[in-house]
Amino acid sequence: MNGRIVYIASNTFREAVRDRVLYNLIAFALLMSGAAILVGQISIGIEHLVVVNLGLTAVSLFGVVIAIFIGIGLVSKEIDKRTLYTVLSRPVRRWEFIVGKFFGLAGTLVVNTFFMALGVFAALLYVSHHFHLSDGWVLVALYFIILQFLIITALALLFSSFSSPLLSAVFAFALFVIGTFSEDLRGFAGMTHGLTRWLATGAAYLVPNFSALNVISSVAHEQPVPGQLILSNTAYALVYASMALCGAVLIFERRNLK
Amino acid sequence: MTAIDILGLEKTYSVGFWRKKPKTALHPLHLRVEEGEIFGFLGPNGAGKTTTLKMLMGLVYPTAGSARILDMEINDPRMKAQIGFLPEQPYFYDYLTAVELLDYYGQLSGVAPKERSRKVREVLERVGLADVIRVQLRKFSKGMLQRVGIAQAILHDPRIVFFDEPMSGLDPMGRREVRDLMEQLKHEGKTVFFSTHILSDAEALCDRVAIIHLGELRSVGAVVDLTSSIEGNVELVWHGNKIPAAMNALGADCHVTGDTVRAVLLEGNQEAALEALRREQLRIISLIPVRTSLEEYFVRKLQPSKAVAGVTR
Amino acid sequence: MKPSLRTTVTAAILLLSCLAGSVLLLRSIDRQRSGATLDEVLYISSPKLLKHLSLGYDGLLADIYWTRVVQYFGDKLDKGAEHYDLLAPLLEITTTLDPHLLVAYEYGSNFLAANGGQPERAIELVEFGIRNNPSEWRLYYDLGFIYYLEFKDYAKASESFLRGSRVPDAHPFLKVLAAQMAERGGDIQTARLLWTTTFQTTKDRDIRGNAAAHLRALQVDEDITILEKLVAHYRDKTGHLPQSFSDLEAANLMRGTPVDPVGHTYKLMPDGHVQVRVPDDLPFIQKGTPPGYVAPKPKFKPVD
Repeated sequence: MNGRIVYIASNTFREAVRDRVLYNLIAFALLMSGAAILVGQISIGIEHLVVVNLGLTAVSLFGVVIAIFIGIGLVSKEIDKRTLYTVLSRPVRRWEFIVGKFFGLAGTLVVNTFFMALGVFAALLYVSHHFHLSDGWVLVALYFIILQFLIITALALLFSSFSSPLLSAVFAFALFVIGTFSEDLRGFAGMTHGLTRWLATGAAYLVPNFSALNVISSVAHEQPVPGQLILSNTAYALVYASMALCGAVLIFERRNLK
Repeated sequence: MTAIDILGLEKTYSVGFWRKKPKTALHPLHLRVEEGEIFGFLGPNGAGKTTTLKMLMGLVYPTAGSARILDMEINDPRMKAQIGFLPEQPYFYDYLTAVELLDYYGQLSGVAPKERSRKVREVLERVGLADVIRVQLRKFSKGMLQRVGIAQAILHDPRIVFFDEPMSGLDPMGRREVRDLMEQLKHEGKTVFFSTHILSDAEALCDRVAIIHLGELRSVGAVVDLTSSIEGNVELVWHGNKIPAAMNALGADCHVTGDTVRAVLLEGNQEAALEALRREQLRIISLIPVRTSLEEYFVRKLQPSKAVAGVTR
Repeated sequence: MKPSLRTTVTAAILLLSCLAGSVLLLRSIDRQRSGATLDEVLYISSPKLLKHLSLGYDGLLADIYWTRVVQYFGDKLDKGAEHYDLLAPLLEITTTLDPHLLVAYEYGSNFLAANGGQPERAIELVEFGIRNNPSEWRLYYDLGFIYYLEFKDYAKASESFLRGSRVPDAHPFLKVLAAQMAERGGDIQTARLLWTTTFQTTKDRDIRGNAAAHLRALQVDEDITILEKLVAHYRDKTGHLPQSFSDLEAANLMRGTPVDPVGHTYKLMPDGHVQVRVPDDLPFIQKGTPPGYVAPKPKFKPVD
């Protein structure tokens, strides 16, 4: 059983690679080198800050775009193209298919982020000439970004299991934006009354909490990230992604393939 | 053992936006297929053949009824390991090569890692694709894809194979090869369940057939029993190009070619036909019985008023 | 041949427990991070850059920052904080993103001046607002108010009211206020006029409540001044201090028992001073508090 999940995951990875997704690394490399060189030449005292801010923001945005664009098709494309017929007629359970797809895309994003991390640190080395101890926090920020990817991937997969690619992309993107302001949403919900309060609070807790996973600007200012927060965020990302995956499994289990 | 046991399998869709009208794709179907036979599932397009197959594969859930394959549940992975499925006009991951695809499917079907590469090579040779194993599937023609489809269906040595329109997209050579393959599978002790609207193939291959039309099962039985159950035809050939009026009254199917006329009519009407020709003093060339084909049975069995499109010889 | 029951039940249970788990974790994370998002405001060295980065959605972002201001202020107020360090940066960002967000100037300057203890920055804020919204008479009014209340600079207050009065559609009282402020800035009548104007022209409950409280305080100050004058008069007449207000009544100096605007009777102290019975109910009063009394931080009271 676990073997099949691994096989599905590696095939999903292979599909992403052959879809030329990793070419985005070229664009990223160009962006980082351009920025590093530009900032290094101007030398206005904030090179380190700019490289970290720009680098991490780019990693996050590139990754979210990839997660959404590939994620929305993970299930719907296979149903539309009917490639699922010969897969599901084999001893593969429907939930194994969902889980395998998830790990395939998540794995792709981790690999992608790894190469981007190399790029960020290379740029940092270029502008600062050596590493500071505080650059370790950049790794934590990258880890949090990967946790964001897990959540977005699971959500895109959830939408893909019942919705068309266009709608899925819109939903996923909307949730990403709203999730970035989820702390504000919870604060706002606390200021309302009555039925609105119930609805707003419900929504505020359902929306993925990306605010806590975005430590880019504090890491850029070499602020440490509390260990407790790392643990809590990890647990939250795993729990939230699992929740979305369960939803996908429940929906997909019931689908009549056309 | 009963290979396939279908008990009242039914599928109804609700169509329409406001007032949902139910549309029945498959009326309750009862059918049994024994192990080791080649079973043909026949009917025109839209009869419900593919719907039945999709339900047997667990791709679509029935509205009512159930089925068991090799006396196991439809969603039982142990059962799925012993069946192979070729869908109609199959689609595969086009970014993979034939070898990669079959290797992946082999992984999913639980073929042991040690044997996988050997089995993949063997099956690709068997379907005649040995030369193109490293080409990406997006470059394959329809016929080549069909062969890949057959390959993936038999790769893991299943006990039963399900083919949905296996001849589609193949040229006559290809169709011959597939027919031979299906015979071989039977010799290997496998059960073959295939759906088609090409009756001559079914006639040549099948031990038993089921005929389905507009979602309803019309008849089941051995080909020979079915065809002998209806009255045979005779072919009458005579000189000249005159067709006596009586011929049309007898419902004869007449064709004029040069200076001979060829007519096909029911055996029971042959005396009246001969009488009509003698009266007109037309010279008879031959009178021979025509073997009743499955097509004949098919056309007679299914009401002529309803569309029987898609039936070919 | 139905969807697998085992899968459905397992997934459903897992989903619900993950939902519960995520809610609990969220609360924990929010506690750990309380204020962290706002602290990051300090890292935004250039609000103009933020405006450019918001890609034309600066209006929405300004609204979000404004809700953050209100929440920040509310939280700090509840905790009885002394310092409101992030208030000024937050307001700067909000108004850079949307220079026409009038409520940010009106409330924001109030928060900064009254509670935040940064009246100079409040002036800067409102002046910025005036530069970007020169025909909003309310902003000049707010500016004048800050000069009057926090700096007691009646000249500047008058000047602000005058500037405002020249704006088309300005409230007619601005001219009157300008004149009054110029002549008799320190008078109670001026103050009463100001607060009455505020009370009548604003629709906001909190601001009206605040104005009402100030008017009550003015009433108290006036009452106590008069009462203490009567006590002095009595002492002059009889040679000793009255024991209670009935003494004053007996001496035909007043009728009935004096009552403060919230309904409590005034207290006549043995030394001749008059005090209010419940000082906490009457914020902003200058007279009538017992010695050593520390007023609680001003809060807005609902309109009565």
